[in-house]
Amino acid sequence: MQARPARLWPRRGRHAICGRVSQQPPSGGAPAIEIHELTKRFGDFTAVDRLSFSVAPGETVALLGGNGAGKTTTISMLLGLLLPSGGSVRMLGCDMARHPHRVLHRINFSSPYVDLPRRLTVGQNLGFFARLYGIPDRRARLDELAHALDLEGIWNKRTGRLSAGQKTRVSLAKALINRPEVLLLDEPTASLDPDTADWLRSYLERYQAERHAAILLASHNMAEVERLCDRVVMLKAGRLVDEATPAALLRKYGRTNLEEVFLDIARDRRSEHLPAPPAEHSHHTEGGEL
Amino acid sequence: MSRREPLRGEMPHGSMWGRVGAMVLRHLYLMRSSWPRVVELAYWPTIQMVIWGFVTLYLLQSSSVIANAAGVLVTAVILWDVLFRGQLGFTLSFIEEIWSRNLGNLAVSPLRPHELLVALTVMSFLRTLIGVLPATGLAILFYGISIYDLGLPLVAFVACLLVMSWALGMLVSSLILRVGQGAENVAWLAIFLLAPISSVYYPVSVLPPWLQAIAWCFPMTPTFEGMRAILIHGTFRPDLLVQALALDGVYLAIGAAVFLYTFRVARRHGLLLQQGE
Repeated sequence: MQARPARLWPRRGRHAICGRVSQQPPSGGAPAIEIHELTKRFGDFTAVDRLSFSVAPGETVALLGGNGAGKTTTISMLLGLLLPSGGSVRMLGCDMARHPHRVLHRINFSSPYVDLPRRLTVGQNLGFFARLYGIPDRRARLDELAHALDLEGIWNKRTGRLSAGQKTRVSLAKALINRPEVLLLDEPTASLDPDTADWLRSYLERYQAERHAAILLASHNMAEVERLCDRVVMLKAGRLVDEATPAALLRKYGRTNLEEVFLDIARDRRSEHLPAPPAEHSHHTEGGEL
Repeated sequence: MSRREPLRGEMPHGSMWGRVGAMVLRHLYLMRSSWPRVVELAYWPTIQMVIWGFVTLYLLQSSSVIANAAGVLVTAVILWDVLFRGQLGFTLSFIEEIWSRNLGNLAVSPLRPHELLVALTVMSFLRTLIGVLPATGLAILFYGISIYDLGLPLVAFVACLLVMSWALGMLVSSLILRVGQGAENVAWLAIFLLAPISSVYYPVSVLPPWLQAIAWCFPMTPTFEGMRAILIHGTFRPDLLVQALALDGVYLAIGAAVFLYTFRVARRHGLLLQQGE
């Protein structure tokens, strides 16, 4: 793996919640992400069905599920891109359906469903987003990101001409430009080679540790989830079917890796492998479905 | 309104004009990176002006009416292009965000929908200047016809047409946001639906009475009638200007309201993340 220099960010002494400032340390404050009975219907189709979970500051949580399970729909509602049909979404204490702009400057995301303008160079794109987020001392921040994400060599290259790995690094730079307290990543390592994917995971681990950020990760890569995530939220057909630490899920399903757990859930095989009563830290929702 | 000082390590999130400026800069970068985009802006206004300039030269030889107001047609063509380029400049700047799949990034940034409207309006203004200014210079060079002879009223006419073009741009962008890129051609065609009743090349009095009533409901009619009043009769009609500005206000309010409502509908239906090539 190519070694890249680490970059330390200044730690935040206090934690701002929805425009107000809390003196509590982030870990002791309100959840960074809190959704309750979240529902999204498109006509007769229910994409997300009464979903509830929360993510604490400093926690990394994976949102797992097969295609169409409702991961992207959930992330879209968290970002305020999509209005819920029912339930509530609170990010850093703010209702995202009603007042998303109170906290959008403290959040960021990366998704395969969006792109950066392809005709702009990497530097122009990141400069544009730095201005959009009102970053003070923009030049220093851009230099910091260019150095930390190894973008110096492609700074003047058009974004549309980058390789998949380079694009991912630039997208991550955009997602980190405002030093977000909540980072939403939709399949961040899809289409990356193992080396670049491994580097990106290391970078995210450092960022999460240094900034005490809450990270919600939607991924199909189970090894990635086992490595990065403190907790896993399993979705199926828009419903939460299980929520636990990776280790607890493995114990609960009697499996050695999360991929097997994922397949058990996807194929409704959970009951065949349940070796014992529910393990610690695990709570089961919508159990009748399995 | 007082602003809270940012805490140590906390990112303040800038001002509205900072975000609008960022959007304008992003589109200027795009234009700088693509010369065909810039050439296209000036191409049609110039071609239109050249064709109508020759038509004017031909008519000057046979019509005393035209001889009395030699610059009417060319001035009308250029002012019509202000309206057309203004609307297109607004809509194409919006479509660029869809083409580049950047709308989702903008929608989750601190940029608010009304700030997006302001940014698109600024871009429309700049694109119109780039498109129309060369044509006005060439009209002087080729035919000795200067729309600047209109004097200060020219500023008022251009303002009336630009505001209406922004209102139309907001309505067309709303349609594209709601229906998707299938409605993209509307960006080019919408304005021509209004051309017959805009009294650009002929006075509104030539329309049948029922169509005249409709024509007076749009700010283009009093604007072009006002232009003819100056060029043919040498009189400035403030009543027409007031009517045009009042109608502009109504259409701009409707356009902005429809755009902001459509943005909310797009959030309800998940359209902001689905737009793209």
